[in-house]
Amino acid sequence: MKASLTARILLAIFFLGLLATPLVIKEAAARRQEAQAKLDQSQALARYGFHLQEVSQQAGIHFVHQAPALDPKLEGIMPQVASMGASVSIVDFDRDGWPDIYVTNSKTGTRNCLYRNMHDGTFQDVAAQMGVADENQAGTGVSMGAVWGDYDNDGYEDLFLFKWGKPELFHNDHGQGFTRTTEAAGLPNWINANTAVWFDYDGDGLLDLFVGGYYSEKLDLWHLSDTRMMPESFEYAKNGGRKFLFHNLGNGRFEEVSEKVGITSNRWALAASAADLRGTGHPDLFIANDYGVSELFLNEGGRFKEAGQAAGVGFAPKSGMNVAYGDILNQGKYAIYVSNISEEGVLIQGNNLWVPREGEASLKYENLARDMGVELGGWSFGAQFGDLNNDGTLDLYLTNGYVSLSRTKSYWYDFSKVAGGNSKIIGDAANWPAMDGRSLSGYQQKKVWINDGAAKFVDVAQAVGANDTYDGRSVVMADLWNRGALDVVVANQRGPLLIYKNTVKPGNDWVEFVLEGTASNRSAIGAQVTLYWNGQQQVQQVSGGSGFAAQNDRRLHFGLGQNPHLEKAVIRWPSGRMQTLADLAPGKLYNVKEGQ
Amino acid sequence: MSHQVLASDKSQRPAQMSPWKRFFSPANRYLSPLLITCVLLVGQLSYGILESYTRTLLAIVASLIAESVLSRLYLGKWPNLASAYISGISVGILVRSPAFWPYALCALISITSKYVLRIHDRHIWNPSNFGIAAMFVLASGTVAGLSIQWGNFVWPMIVIWTLGSAIIWRLRRFHISATYVVSFLAFAFLRSWITGDPWRSEIAPITGPMYQLFIFFMITDPKTTVRSKTGQCLTVVAVAAVEMVLRLQQVVYAPFYALFLVGPTAMLLEMWMDSRRVRLQAVHA
Repeated sequence: MKASLTARILLAIFFLGLLATPLVIKEAAARRQEAQAKLDQSQALARYGFHLQEVSQQAGIHFVHQAPALDPKLEGIMPQVASMGASVSIVDFDRDGWPDIYVTNSKTGTRNCLYRNMHDGTFQDVAAQMGVADENQAGTGVSMGAVWGDYDNDGYEDLFLFKWGKPELFHNDHGQGFTRTTEAAGLPNWINANTAVWFDYDGDGLLDLFVGGYYSEKLDLWHLSDTRMMPESFEYAKNGGRKFLFHNLGNGRFEEVSEKVGITSNRWALAASAADLRGTGHPDLFIANDYGVSELFLNEGGRFKEAGQAAGVGFAPKSGMNVAYGDILNQGKYAIYVSNISEEGVLIQGNNLWVPREGEASLKYENLARDMGVELGGWSFGAQFGDLNNDGTLDLYLTNGYVSLSRTKSYWYDFSKVAGGNSKIIGDAANWPAMDGRSLSGYQQKKVWINDGAAKFVDVAQAVGANDTYDGRSVVMADLWNRGALDVVVANQRGPLLIYKNTVKPGNDWVEFVLEGTASNRSAIGAQVTLYWNGQQQVQQVSGGSGFAAQNDRRLHFGLGQNPHLEKAVIRWPSGRMQTLADLAPGKLYNVKEGQ
Repeated sequence: MSHQVLASDKSQRPAQMSPWKRFFSPANRYLSPLLITCVLLVGQLSYGILESYTRTLLAIVASLIAESVLSRLYLGKWPNLASAYISGISVGILVRSPAFWPYALCALISITSKYVLRIHDRHIWNPSNFGIAAMFVLASGTVAGLSIQWGNFVWPMIVIWTLGSAIIWRLRRFHISATYVVSFLAFAFLRSWITGDPWRSEIAPITGPMYQLFIFFMITDPKTTVRSKTGQCLTVVAVAAVEMVLRLQQVVYAPFYALFLVGPTAMLLEMWMDSRRVRLQAVHA
C-alpha cells in the first residue's frame, strides 16, 4: 500500500462506519417502536385517533380454534402442515341490520360457530340451531373457511364452506336455518381448498363461485398412501390443488368451467379476491400463491387471461397468503396487499403492496410496500384495509405468526435447510426433520399500520392495543355494533377468536352504505361506491371474499375526517348501471337498492 | 467469490494456443466474470432468482466505484475491475433484501475490506465472503441469503454443475471444489448420524444455487486461498468441518461463517510458515 498512515487511518474509520451503519439503522427503528409502545389508551386515542380493546369474553364469545390432526405419517411436522383452518367471515344472515360472525374450527369432531349479534354488545352461537355447526365430521375433512353470497337472489346470504375435504353449500332459509344443497348444486366431493370467492364473473346477475385448491384434490390428508405431498419447490411449486370456477346456472346448480374460461393452475393457492381492476365492468381475479408467484386473471368478458407477469405482480416468487384491495391514496384505484414471510436473519421476502402505475397503456403495478412502510410483518397471514380512525384514509391491519410452540427453540434452521433443496427432497415429508415442539416464527407482534394520507403507513399496533401474539390467520373488519367505527375480528390458529372493539376519537365522521342489487346479484358483490367529499374521492367495493380465508361485512364504511362536506356517492353496479347519490349526510347508514 | 483473476499460467504460451483454448485458459481473466454473468442471466431469465435487476446493478456499480476510488487513492493506479465486478455480482445474487441500501453497503464493505484488512500487503478475507457474513450478522433484520432452488427440475442443477466444473477445471481449481463437495457430503452423513435427521435433509442445501456459487466462486478465490494444492484441499476440508460444527448449532449461514473463520486462518498459517522458512534459510545461510 502506497498510502500514508493518515490515509490508512481514515480508511479504517470509514470501514468501521460502514460496519456500524446497519446497527445505527436498527437502533433508530427500535427506539421509534419503543416510544410508540409506551403510549397509554388516552394518549393513543389522542395521537392516532382510535384505540382497540379486546372484548371477546364480554361479548360472550369463548371460541378457541383447534388444528387438524392429519395422517400419522406426517406426525413429525404436523404443526407445520396442519397450520391453517382458523377463519372468520361477517354476514348479516338474518337481515336484522346487525353483523353476525361465522368462524370455522378444524379438528375432526369440532364445531363451527355462527355468532348472532344480540344488539346489546353480546353474541350468541346459533350454528347448531341453524344447521351449520357440525361440519368437521370424520371422513368429510375439516373446515378451512367460509364465504357468503346470495346465490339464488332471494335476499338472504347463503353459505359456502370450503374445507380440506368435502366442500359444502348451504341455502339460507330466510334467516331461520340452512339447508345443505351441495349435491343438488353439483359440487365435487373433495377439494383441499384454502380460498373461495363469490363473484359474478359473466355479469348475468347470478353469483358464481371460485374455489382455489392448496394441497392436490387427489389427496385425502387423513389417509395418505405415501409422504410425497409437500410442495416440489419452495418458490416454484406447481403440484398444488387445481382451481375451480363454478358457473351459477340459476336453477340451484353450478357448472365447473375453469378450464373453459382460462383459469388453469396447480399452484398452491392460499388467498384470492376479485375486483374490477381496469374499469372494464368485469371483475378480475387475483390469486396469492404459496411457494410461487401470484397470478392475475384478467376478465375479458367471461374469459380470463393470466397476466401476472405482464402486470408486474407475477415474477418474483414468494409465499403469498393474502389478497386485500384498498384505495390507499384516495385516487379511485385499488392497491393490492399480498402478505409473505419475513424472518429476521433467515428469510426476508417482504410483503407486497401493489400500486397501479400511472400513465401505463396496460395494467402495471409496482411494489411500494417498502416505500410506504408496510413491508415487514413477520410470517404474515391475513390483512384487511379499513379506516380505523375515520380520518378519511384506509389503514391496514395485519395478523401474523406461524407456529408458536417452544419460546426458546426454533425450527427455522431445519426449515431453511430443506426448503432450499431439490424438489425430490423438499417434496417428501419424510425428508423434513421433526419439529419436536419447536416454534416457526411464533409469538409475533401484530401490525396495525395507519395511513398518514401522504403515502406512508406507521405501525401503531402496540400503542393502540393490538398486542396479542397468537398465530393469527384471518382478519375481518365490520361495524359490529352500528356505531360508525370499524371493529376488528381475528381468528387465530390453535387460539381464541379475538374481537377488538374500536373506540374512535370524537369528531372524525363517517358514512356507510348497504347495497342491494336488482338487475345485479342481490348481494351486490362487485358493486363499487366512489365517494366524493372535501375535494377528494375514495372507492370501495362489496367483496365476496378477501384477505386470508375471510370476508368483510358487505356494508361499506367510509371514514371522512373532521367537518366533512359530502359531495356525492357514485355507485357502479355489476350490471353496469351507474347510480349517483347526492344530499348525503355524515354519520348515517344508507340502504341503497339498485335503480331506486 | 473469486475476486482475483487467475495468475497467468506460465507453463503455456497463450499466443500459441487456438482462440478457443485461449478463451478457456487460466490466462483469460474474464472467464470467471463471464461464467458468473451466465449463471446470473440463466437463473434470472428462467426462474427470477434475483430480488430485482436494479438491486443487483446497484451492488455491481457500488463495487466498481469503490474499487476504482480506493485503488486510485491507496495504490495509486486504476484497477482491473474484473474482480470488483465479481464481488458486486456475488453480492447481487447472494444477498436477499427488499431494501436497496444493503446491496450498496455490502458491496462497499466487501471492497473496502480488501484495502483495510491486510497483512503483509495481502488481504486475507475473501471480500464478498466478508461483506456477506458481516451483513448477515449486522443487518439480520433486513438481509437474508439466497435460499431458493433453480426451479423444480434437476437439469438446471446438472447444467450448472457441469459448466462450473468444466471451467473450474480449466482454471486448475477443480480439486478445491471437488474436495469441498466430498467433505460436505461426508460431514452431512455424519450430521445425520449424530442428529437422527433424514440424510436427505442434510444434503439438501448443496442442491441449491447458493452452494453452487459458494463452491465455484468463493472457496476457489486464488487471492485468498493458500498456494499449495495440498494446503488448498486441507483448507476446504477444514471449512466443511467448521461448517458441520456450526450446522450442529443450527447456524443457517454456516458455510459463509465457516469460510470467514477458516480462510484467513489458513492464510495466516501459510504466512507464518513462509516467514519461518525464510528465517530458517537465513540461519542456514
